[in-house]
Amino acid sequence: MKALDQVREVMRRDRVFNFMAQGQHPVIKGKVDVSKDIILYLESVSVSFDGFKAINDLDLYINDGELRCIIGPNGAGKTTMMDIITGKTRPDEGSVYFGQTMDLTKMSEYEIASAGIGRKFQKPTIFPEHTVFENLELAMEADKRVWITLFARLTPAQNDRIHEVLQTIMLEQHAELKARHLSHGQKQWLEIGMLLMQNPRVLLVDEPIAGMTHQETEKTAELLTGLAGEHSVVVVEHDMEFVRSIAKTVTVLHEGHVLAEGSMDEVQNNPKVIEVYLGE
Amino acid sequence: MAHKSIFMSMLADDRGGKIFLSLLAIVTIVLPLLNLAVAQDSAFHISTFTITLMGKYLCYALLAIALDLVWGYCGILSLGHAAFFALGGYAMGMYLMRQIGDRGVYGNPELPDFMVFLNWESLPWYWYGFDQFWFAMLMAMLIPGVLAYLFGWLAFRSRVTGVYLSIITQALTYALMLAFFRNEMGFGGNNGLTDFKEILGFSLQQDATRVGLFVITALMLAIGYLVSRFIVTSKLGRVVVAVRDAEDRARFIGYKVESFKLWVFVFSAVLAGIAGALYVPQVGIINPGEFSPLNSIELVVWVAVGGRGLLYGAVLGAILVNFSKTYLTAALPEVWLFALGALFIIVTVFLPKGIVGLLQQMKARKVKEQKNESP
Repeated sequence: MKALDQVREVMRRDRVFNFMAQGQHPVIKGKVDVSKDIILYLESVSVSFDGFKAINDLDLYINDGELRCIIGPNGAGKTTMMDIITGKTRPDEGSVYFGQTMDLTKMSEYEIASAGIGRKFQKPTIFPEHTVFENLELAMEADKRVWITLFARLTPAQNDRIHEVLQTIMLEQHAELKARHLSHGQKQWLEIGMLLMQNPRVLLVDEPIAGMTHQETEKTAELLTGLAGEHSVVVVEHDMEFVRSIAKTVTVLHEGHVLAEGSMDEVQNNPKVIEVYLGE
Repeated sequence: MAHKSIFMSMLADDRGGKIFLSLLAIVTIVLPLLNLAVAQDSAFHISTFTITLMGKYLCYALLAIALDLVWGYCGILSLGHAAFFALGGYAMGMYLMRQIGDRGVYGNPELPDFMVFLNWESLPWYWYGFDQFWFAMLMAMLIPGVLAYLFGWLAFRSRVTGVYLSIITQALTYALMLAFFRNEMGFGGNNGLTDFKEILGFSLQQDATRVGLFVITALMLAIGYLVSRFIVTSKLGRVVVAVRDAEDRARFIGYKVESFKLWVFVFSAVLAGIAGALYVPQVGIINPGEFSPLNSIELVVWVAVGGRGLLYGAVLGAILVNFSKTYLTAALPEVWLFALGALFIIVTVFLPKGIVGLLQQMKARKVKEQKNESP
């Protein structure tokens, strides 16, 4: 009987085969299905660490090409959310999709990265013993399999691209400097530059302006808004002034759940948000 | 010509490498001449013993390069690398055993002496093929490679890193040692494989053969150095260092970190296997003692002393430490272990980048001083 059931299961006409089903599609760079205009889905996602619910029934949709700011008090689950999207943490429940087809909960970190989701960490994370140029070279969009990497040579076009990004992040004169000698703000920039080199569809940017001067902050705002449109940008930031200067849509997280969503003004006048931020 | 340009660009900013390769070339030409062409009673004559000793050091240098690739560049501290060296050595030893033929003590044309002694009737299946030189050499690379692949695949996939990985590698070599000590394993047990007669038809007792082995070892060391240099100057080399310094970052820009670690680990094991295969005909014996965890730890000391993260540093360390070992164990045998311990402490505390690191530091200071004086 069991075999018969299995045959019936296979022959069912109301559904596709498992291996054809969602999330099982081969990962092809640049082939994100955004036919519904949404690039990132998080649906009823929950994750807990030792009983503490870091993310609690979170629903979040990021549109293709938008710039979204995510704010929230400490421990609201902002960084955990990024960990889930990039595959560092697996959700206990819920689904996370990149476009219509890619199930991120089933992909590993490097697959997610090469599918087109780039991430900047809260603490600037760069390769300290490599030069600035090499940092960008390593991040560059390329075939990153082992044997191909062994014989990879820099093409003139790639070289130009690196110099272009070096200019954008204003580190051109430090190209040959080891990255560990950079200042904190410059490291932040270098990491953003590495994100640009990856040319991802979605950029997850965790606290980009920490340790930056006022001018650098302005430049960062300019850069991030410039990226939106072609890329989708998700920014987590504490600095309200900065958020106000770049965001069209703001999502407020609180205790791992979306508290409010809307324009900066709407959000700031939302009584629930005021309560969370200012206390009773 | 294209090959030449790659070769030149590889060594372009590798001054230490150029010095090392030049010295190696000089030694490889001069020593055999002084041994074979100079009369024995001349003051310039170099004994075959010295040549073989040098050959041994060069094998160690190749092994040190192998460890430096995984430790210095990839940040994987393997405390069991001598296991791959010993496996390569056993493969060579098996070939040399089969070459003895019926000249053994028991005169059995098929079975090595120890098998006759154990009353074995026939050759175990895993000894088949080892009478062929090419097969044995293939196995000297393949067996360490496959073991490293299996071990690395399991360890890196589960993201075992740091001290835990070091402990498992130590366990690996210890387990192999215990296994090879057993007579039932069919590798000569405690005594290992020895009493070799000839290699490819050349008698191992002859000076010319020993000099030939030395020259081949030097050649393999040069090739091993160049290939390793090619790897560390390639993009893959940069990825590997990136993995060492910021593993997560490397992962999130799209590199499958496990594969890179595995690749380097397997390559390094193959290199260690080659070093072991070159070592055995020169010292004339391979026994389970080569798997001893102490050997792997000593190997780590060589690389630390020379300067990890620099290929010629590893070579320098291996030769220097082993030279002092030869000298001290002869002159003051009871001092050697203390000296080794002291060396390790001194290097860890005062010379984190080894001797080469110290030299670079001194040079940098000198340049700085000159800069300060000139304006």
